[in-house]
Amino acid sequence: MNRFDYVRAGSVAEAVAAAAEPGAVYLAAGTNLLDLMKGSIARPGRLVDVTHLPGLDRIDHLPGGGVRIGALVRNSDLAYDPDFAKSHPAVAEALLSGASAQLRNAATVAGNLLQRTRCPYFYDPASACNKRDPGAGCDARGGETRLHAVLGWSEHCIATHPSDFCVPLVSLDAVVEVEGTSGAREVPLDALHRLPEDRPDRETVLEPGDLIVALRLPAEAAGFAGHSRYLKVRDRTSYAFAVVSASASLRLEGGRIGEARLALGGVALKPWRARAAEAALTGAEPTERSFARAAEAALAEARPSGDNAFKIELARRLIVRTLTLAADGTPERMPALPASAFSGDALHA
Amino acid sequence: MPDIAYEQARHGSSIGQPLTRRDGLLKVTGAATYAADNRPEGLLHAVLAVSRIARGRVVGLDVAAAKAHPGVVEVMTGANAPKLAQDPDAKENPFMFRLDLLQNDRVRYAHQPIAVVIAETLEAATEGAELLAPRYEVDPPGIGLDTDEPHVPEGVGAGDKTSASRGDVEAGLAQAERRVETTYETAAQYHNALEPHAVVARWEGDRLIVDTPSQALAMAKMRLAGLFGLDPKNILVRSPFLGGGFGSKGFMSGPQVLGVMAAKLVGRPVKLVLRREQMFGPVGHRGETRQTLRLGSDASGALTALDHHTLTTTSRFDDFYEPSSAISRYLYAAPAVSTRHSGVRVDTGTPLFMRAPGEASGSVALEGAIDEMAEACGLDPLEFRLRNYAEAEPISGRPFSSKALRECYAQGAARFGWDKRIAGTRSMRDPAGRLVGFGMGTALFPALMMQAEAWAEIRADGTGTVALGAHDMGQGAWTALAQIAADGLGIDLDRLDFQSGTSDLPNAGIAGGSAHTATAGSAIHSAAAAVLAQLADLATRDERSPLFGAGNAGVYARGGRLVRRDDEGRSESFSEILSRAGKTSVSAQGQGAADPASREAYAMHAHGAVFAEVSVDPDLGQIRVTRLVGAFAAGRVVNPRLVTSQYYGGMIWGVSFALHENAVVDPRSGRVMNANLGEYHVPVNADVPSIEAILVEEHDPHVNPLGIKGVGEIGITGTAGAIANAVYHATGVRVRKTPITLDRLLG
Amino acid sequence: MTFRLTLTVNGEPRAIELDDPRVTLLDLLRERLGLTGSKKGCDRGQCGACTVLVAGRRVNSCLALAVSLDGADILTIEGLARGDALHPVQSAFIEHDGFQCGFCTPGQIMSAVGLIREGQAGDDPERIREGMSGNLCRCGAYIGITQAVLDAQARMAGATQGDAA
Repeated sequence: MNRFDYVRAGSVAEAVAAAAEPGAVYLAAGTNLLDLMKGSIARPGRLVDVTHLPGLDRIDHLPGGGVRIGALVRNSDLAYDPDFAKSHPAVAEALLSGASAQLRNAATVAGNLLQRTRCPYFYDPASACNKRDPGAGCDARGGETRLHAVLGWSEHCIATHPSDFCVPLVSLDAVVEVEGTSGAREVPLDALHRLPEDRPDRETVLEPGDLIVALRLPAEAAGFAGHSRYLKVRDRTSYAFAVVSASASLRLEGGRIGEARLALGGVALKPWRARAAEAALTGAEPTERSFARAAEAALAEARPSGDNAFKIELARRLIVRTLTLAADGTPERMPALPASAFSGDALHA
Repeated sequence: MPDIAYEQARHGSSIGQPLTRRDGLLKVTGAATYAADNRPEGLLHAVLAVSRIARGRVVGLDVAAAKAHPGVVEVMTGANAPKLAQDPDAKENPFMFRLDLLQNDRVRYAHQPIAVVIAETLEAATEGAELLAPRYEVDPPGIGLDTDEPHVPEGVGAGDKTSASRGDVEAGLAQAERRVETTYETAAQYHNALEPHAVVARWEGDRLIVDTPSQALAMAKMRLAGLFGLDPKNILVRSPFLGGGFGSKGFMSGPQVLGVMAAKLVGRPVKLVLRREQMFGPVGHRGETRQTLRLGSDASGALTALDHHTLTTTSRFDDFYEPSSAISRYLYAAPAVSTRHSGVRVDTGTPLFMRAPGEASGSVALEGAIDEMAEACGLDPLEFRLRNYAEAEPISGRPFSSKALRECYAQGAARFGWDKRIAGTRSMRDPAGRLVGFGMGTALFPALMMQAEAWAEIRADGTGTVALGAHDMGQGAWTALAQIAADGLGIDLDRLDFQSGTSDLPNAGIAGGSAHTATAGSAIHSAAAAVLAQLADLATRDERSPLFGAGNAGVYARGGRLVRRDDEGRSESFSEILSRAGKTSVSAQGQGAADPASREAYAMHAHGAVFAEVSVDPDLGQIRVTRLVGAFAAGRVVNPRLVTSQYYGGMIWGVSFALHENAVVDPRSGRVMNANLGEYHVPVNADVPSIEAILVEEHDPHVNPLGIKGVGEIGITGTAGAIANAVYHATGVRVRKTPITLDRLLG
Repeated sequence: MTFRLTLTVNGEPRAIELDDPRVTLLDLLRERLGLTGSKKGCDRGQCGACTVLVAGRRVNSCLALAVSLDGADILTIEGLARGDALHPVQSAFIEHDGFQCGFCTPGQIMSAVGLIREGQAGDDPERIREGMSGNLCRCGAYIGITQAVLDAQARMAGATQGDAA
């Protein structure tokens, strides 16, 4: 780990000013940043510690509906907030399927949004990586690509975004509140993360100094609470990144789907909102046939970036399963193995 | 004379009791001292810099940048590394593995040490190593089983024969009613003990004190003596607790020696601990294998031929070959058996013994092939195995010293509910609709004996000491060997001072080959017997003793007393015997080793039967091992609590082998791309919901005086194959490549 | 530059001066405070051997910068027993043989204590297994670990009821 200046910010304004300097990054829990620094993937000159900022660790249920979640709320605190888990069950389930209890106890909401890819070539300083070193090339191409992207990738980068949390969030129109050098603004989560195109080093639309202070879910998000699920396919039963994950939320009206929200994780460099599939589901009957059609729509543009064609078929099947579970209804209690295929109810018999 | 203690062992005041671990209190309070927990005065921290390339030369290191980093004290490179008394590439015997100790600029595998940075703090040393920014001359590496022409090794494993056969396999196949030819592949695996290799070294003049985890203290001492040109008497290696070993701490590795060199260079104590990613290279691994089996059977389902060929990797510069075909020499009866190995040289670190080396990987392939043949014969997998039950060791023809495998099959099957298996694939579902599969495998591990010495003493106050440089890497030596010692001396455990874990004690051999308890236990048994014989001598020749005239064989020891065999009412305490003789103590040395005559006469193995239930999501392919039942017969059980834990651990390694472990190497660079515990998967708690181990009774009068076989490695054999067979039963997809991942089931 | 921070470690307030902001909580405990019970298995939050409680919550001490934790209350394995009286989780780990080599054990035990405090798993073994999945055990002592957590939790619940009565 390189030497760095450590600055403990006393206010948001102070933090923004300190972090706008070249080479400065924010430090929250550090569960991702320290990992990157220990691997010499990140070598920031300055750490601006925001963990002592007051007021950013609150969960506010807003008067007109909707929830405002402070950037420093810990993942587990949000997942275990009874009101939040009841109104946004897929988000809670996604949170609890990520990482381990220890990491969830430390990691913050904003940190989760901004976590970096687990692409092994990104994590290997001796490999060429356009994300680390623009123009260097991408050694993942032609390498070990079993878990790489099948949607939205470019020849410059085939990595995936590792977050579980972001997947239901992006489907539920979450918005992030940002404070920057030129004041406050809002960014829809779907617009926060960028696809790689020819600049995979530009991972988000955030500018130097920009600080996420809160995450907001609109009132409509809670309208899906009765039919909202997250499901995550993994290489071991727990404590593993997603091979593919899906979040499905339905509003059922008179035996038909009034509105559908669908997003995929582990398939692209951003949490992947499947809008074409949502459109295909709207007004349809909640049947396996409709779900299969939606799955086709969601993966219509998919193509393997290497030895990972199986992920396309897996994603189709996962969409059908997750929609089926969502249509069945949200379980009363969080499953013993959150978002797992081995939860008691995770298979529609 | 040995009769005295043997009698006591049979009475069993301690052996056979499920005692909790004697080191448990230290371990649950954080007070057990592992190597890296030592902090001698003046300690410096050393961090390795390792190669990012797999083959070539280091042509530049920015030593100045590293040295300029605040806190960095010294950078050890090829230019200033202490000269060694022995070429680290010298190989005087097959158990000397070549080490990379900064004696040249050559790189022969990724993660090879290329420099050591020594600093006042760990933080400074870590960053100093980063700042070296090595430059290389790169040669393209050769990686994988197909990178080169195979060759026939001179030997495999720990000096096993490369080939062994009996009968005419081709003829057996030609006359067979049914034939199966099948190829299995197993991935490269890394031991990844939770404790990374660590060393705290300090020199006091010519005297060297090393705290480092070791499964073989005496060998570690001798290796250091050779490399540094020291009198072994001047070296103390301490390893009271190992944070797991699994074979990777059997030999002093390069990084451990580099820590000692660094301490010599700077003249201060140095601590060097491997970073987790550095565990993927210089400290051994299990080589990948491709195993081709050809089986023939007659109309009744009796094997007519079994041919097992293994292709495996070794390093470009040294020899260790995973002896996967060897298990076919021991397990199933067939008139014609052939077992062979070939090797391929690749640019990786040298493979090494890893828990059940050969038996684990070989068992996966053999049990899979047997399952395939059972199906071809239309027989239940258990029935097929019973029809091919070996009454004598297949190739050697020797009788087994003991073999309770039939009981293992019976008890395991009953507990598991094997009779509820529905024949045919995709035939069973759980209430939620998931595919369910039942599979089984036979477990086997040779009952080896190494060599060990122990020292025992009885004192006039009635207390005793047993001392030997034994090793506890989690198997429970602190407890099990102490139980043997207490029984051997005929005293209660709380009267026993049991000393272990350092190289200044008698050489207890190695903790490996599942032979440590048997070998070190035998040495203890023999030392204790010699002490008791001296006591008996004193008593039975003394007219004043109630034991007078009983003769040595006429007494046994219990509860700190010698007791007359023909009249248990007549006894005398150790204290009384020694006091009257005017002695403060009696002591003796003992040895444990294989008895060549019985080894010649008998085949000696532990056996078991493992039954696995898996649940597979029918659409998503995700697999979970929902139930494992293993029944094992391994001679005398010294401590059933610890033995059960060993079986559990082995079976979890079986889960890991079947479903998880896979070192993913990029063939272009030769680097392991998942050199971390986040992506090099081993099972987590949620992966093993239910495991049962049945301890099947077995008496073995031949294997060693105590009747003990090993239990540390057998659990992995049988299990991995059982799981693979269960996945096939559940899904109808025969995955012949481990780990079995969900993408291979999607179809 | 020197960083001054105050930590409460195992109930004792400690004034700590750090000459380097890079020191993690784990390295602070092990290398500077002499509390070597917490173990470094991976140093990257992937094994759980370094688990300690910060403000009563289990976290990976390898992924926390000490300087950022100014003011925090930290409990490590060394502070769990009360004198000679083991914490029920510690006793249960011994009784159920919830370890072999013992290297992951301090982390397992602190994680189990944290899990029980979280109160989310109840007496459901499947929830306990999931909740303990952030702690790798390479020896494979998971069966004993799960039994130990169940047992300790039951004993602690019994003791609490006893106190109330």
